[in-house]
Amino acid sequence: MAEATRDPVTGRETTGHEWNGIEELDTPIPRVVLFFLAATTLFAIGYWLLMPAWPLGWTYTKGLLGNDQREIVTRQVQDAAAERASWTSRIAKASFAEIAADPALMRHVRDTGRTLFADNCAVCHGTEGKGGPGFPNLAAGSWLWGGTPEAIAETIRVGINSTAKDTRTAQMMAFGRDGVLQREQVLAVVSYVRSLSGQKLTETEQARVPAGKEVFAANCAACHGPEGKGMHDLGAPDLTDAHWIYGGDEQSVLNSVHGGRQGHMPSWEGRLSPTDIKLLALYVGTLSGDRK
Amino acid sequence: MIATLTVAERQSAIALSMLVAFFGLIMMIAGSGDVLGVHGVIVLLFGLGFLGLVMSKYFEPEPPQERLTRYYDDPTKVGIVLSLGWAVVGMFFGVWVAALLAWPDLTLDAGWASFGRIRPVHTSGVIFGFGGNALIATSFHVLQRTTRARLPDQVTPWFVLIGYNLFCVIAASGYLMGVTQSKEYAEPEWYADLWLVVVWVTYFLLYLRTLQRRKEPHIYVANWYYMAFILVVAVLHIVNNLAVPISFGSAKSYSLFSGVQDAMTQWWYGHNAVAFFLTAGFLGMLYYYLPKRAGRPIFSYRLSIISFWGITFMYMWAGSHHLHYTALPQWVQTLGMTFSVVLLVPSWASAGNALATLNGAWDKVRDDATLRFMMVAAVFYGLSTFEGSFMAIRAVNSLSHYTDWTVGHVHAGALGWVAMITFGSLYALVPWMWKVERIYSPKLVEVHFWLALSGTIIYVFAMWNSGIIQGLMWRTYNDSGTLAFSFIESVVAMRPYYIARTVGGSLFLLGAIVAAYNVWMTIRMARLRGVTETGGTDEPVLPGAGAALQPGE
Ligand code: HEC
Ligand code: HEC
Ligand code: HEM
Repeated sequence: MAEATRDPVTGRETTGHEWNGIEELDTPIPRVVLFFLAATTLFAIGYWLLMPAWPLGWTYTKGLLGNDQREIVTRQVQDAAAERASWTSRIAKASFAEIAADPALMRHVRDTGRTLFADNCAVCHGTEGKGGPGFPNLAAGSWLWGGTPEAIAETIRVGINSTAKDTRTAQMMAFGRDGVLQREQVLAVVSYVRSLSGQKLTETEQARVPAGKEVFAANCAACHGPEGKGMHDLGAPDLTDAHWIYGGDEQSVLNSVHGGRQGHMPSWEGRLSPTDIKLLALYVGTLSGDRK
Repeated sequence: MIATLTVAERQSAIALSMLVAFFGLIMMIAGSGDVLGVHGVIVLLFGLGFLGLVMSKYFEPEPPQERLTRYYDDPTKVGIVLSLGWAVVGMFFGVWVAALLAWPDLTLDAGWASFGRIRPVHTSGVIFGFGGNALIATSFHVLQRTTRARLPDQVTPWFVLIGYNLFCVIAASGYLMGVTQSKEYAEPEWYADLWLVVVWVTYFLLYLRTLQRRKEPHIYVANWYYMAFILVVAVLHIVNNLAVPISFGSAKSYSLFSGVQDAMTQWWYGHNAVAFFLTAGFLGMLYYYLPKRAGRPIFSYRLSIISFWGITFMYMWAGSHHLHYTALPQWVQTLGMTFSVVLLVPSWASAGNALATLNGAWDKVRDDATLRFMMVAAVFYGLSTFEGSFMAIRAVNSLSHYTDWTVGHVHAGALGWVAMITFGSLYALVPWMWKVERIYSPKLVEVHFWLALSGTIIYVFAMWNSGIIQGLMWRTYNDSGTLAFSFIESVVAMRPYYIARTVGGSLFLLGAIVAAYNVWMTIRMARLRGVTETGGTDEPVLPGAGAALQPGE
């Protein structure tokens, strides 16, 4: 056994062991370590007495406070709902017109609708509802299925081309791909459609417009209306305004007519409460209202 | 290096390489059309490569008998180089994932470069590649020096080191191809896991065999920690990875656990991976290189003992603090929380023991960046364990959980503690291993120190801020009694912090590159000079004939 030596810096003895030059001092465990060990252990024991802690076969010690995280969270959710009920119950009962006429209720609609929309709808429609390619702009006031709160609420409830049984169905056929129209006819009607919204056309396009007008009357007017103003019953968009789902340039319109379009909007019934759907319908209404 | 193997050892190396190549071939055939087949090709090439390497030196003369009177350090040297290589790769991927969160378009529109794939390349690259190689390399060194026994043979350490790196390569390449078990820090699939079991058990046995042959009557603390690291990681790895492959020709498997049991097993593993991989192993490093570099005795032997047993006992219970307020029964959460609180005491005792050891050497800490790395590591170790125990309290966790605060905590531990102690130890070790009196450029060590420290601080502060803002945004209500912020608003609010984090991470990466360069130049310096026989303070002190080294074989 090696001899213990004294460390000149601390004045402590070493343990007498040495490993490749490393030695250890025989310093006793500092009091403060023992104190904190005792203090934290006492805290742990106290906590075990008060809270659910140790398993006992099929059950466990419940703790003196009778604390149960499931009960607590259920109660908290109930309390929060009860607190909100002061206004949510009125939203649930009142008609859309009554709510819209009540500024206090509309403040709640705006407050809550903003986050509800951002959390559920913004992935597709954007945080401000302005949409993007393939996803309609909800702030434009140009509606596929109608802009009344009732119509919007119904769209949210059942969705469009969704998996819900009573989904709204929007079918824009693939006129080119399925051979309903010849290539020439497709090009002609594309030019005509573009003329409806007053876009600048090239000369070639200009020349096709009259032929396109005939193709339109025969094939498209049934859904998009004789003047191309769209039809809310079928979800057919207004082709005369500046708002496009898929784009109003020649290539995009050509793609729409050639390949058809079926947008998918999920149904929210069962995922959002009827009150939330009602609230969102009103909120979506304010998106375009605010800009006018 | 192959020339240092005896002919018999060369033969077993050839046999092992052939065995690996053979398994690669089987995987390639059984898994053709699956990622398993691609991994088969990698394993096959790996085996053939080593076969060729050994064959090329097969007819070299036998090494002289005199080698047995010296320690066997070649695996340590290679381990150091591998560790630094993985550090640069792993941290590069880290900076990339950090940048992705601020600039999502940086995924290059390629599947392999998507967030979900390169994130585990980063975590495995730094933890297993950088950390693991450093642990294996230093453990061989510390083990021999503190037992005065040579490693028992010259093949096993290579098998452990190279086999372990094969695992790392399979893991990282698998992630890029979309292979994952979806268990954090245990992503590799069943075949990689099985291979690691073989490697790891061999590692443990190697450790025991060397210890058994020790010439020192007592086992030094560092070895307790290294052993706890090896043993517990084996247990954790085996249990958490129990799974049934859907077929032997497929990379995919299903875990034996499901639901809340799966979650608990995973976080029992996850937290003890923190405890025994990222803490115990590196404490082993600290207990050797810090006193050695400072030239001071360990402050208190008794404190080492209670902290060792405190840490090993208490950590085992703490995993459930990762699952607060989940479907996990509340009593399990209580146990995780209370043991985490008690755990603070042995953790701080370890950190305190390290810092008190520096008493009488603070002038060296001031002048020597290598020692300063180790000192700062001990400070961050104390900081992150305090934070961890605090976050383990349920009420605090309800704010911090799922936020960047956790990420900030992780990196106070991973950058501040794990990486700093590793760099400090490697800077001490490299001149000893290559037998030069000092590192190529102490100035660059100084530069690295400040890069690492500022990078860590920027990173951790950015994540504390973003984490707490996130946590608060998620729980703020408006007058209507509904949530005031949407999730996407909290994401937008994080952006400045994500940019800051990318900057901090880049500084840290730059430091690692400086370290790799410095070590590389040191090796070159040693090569150019030829080996001088001054091993510094690294060779065993030989007070008498009785204290000679226990030879190998
Ligand atoms: C997965 C993407 C997606 C999500 C999420 C989504 N929508 Fe839609 N939504 C669409 C698409 C696509 C259309 C257009 C369908 C079409 O072109 O026929 C649409 C149409 C609508 C319309 C009809 C617009 C009109 O002009 O009549 C309303 C209203 C609407 N969405 C509201 C919502 C609300 C409210 C939410 C959130 C609860 C929501 N959407 C979530 C994709 C989505
Ligand atoms: C059966 C009813 C129907 C007929 C017939 C029909 N459409 Fe449509 N059209 C739709 C519907 C519904 C949509 C919206 C599709 C969607 O987004 O889901 C649509 C969308 C479009 C769009 C895309 C609008 C945008 O905002 O991007 C264009 C362009 C269009 N139709 C042109 C035509 C033309 C030209 C014809 C005749 C050749 C035609 N449609 C015939 C129902 C019809
Ligand atoms: C007393 C010691 C420690 C305790 C009690 C502790 C506690 C915790 C807690 C409570 C969490 C957050 C869990 C969550 O809310 O999801 C966490 C996460 C984490 N900690 Fe620690 N910690 C300790 C030390 C360390 C150290 C030293 C490291 C070293 C790197 C570390 C690495 C990690 C990692 C990697 C995670 C992230 C896990 C994940 O991916 O979610 N911890 N720790």
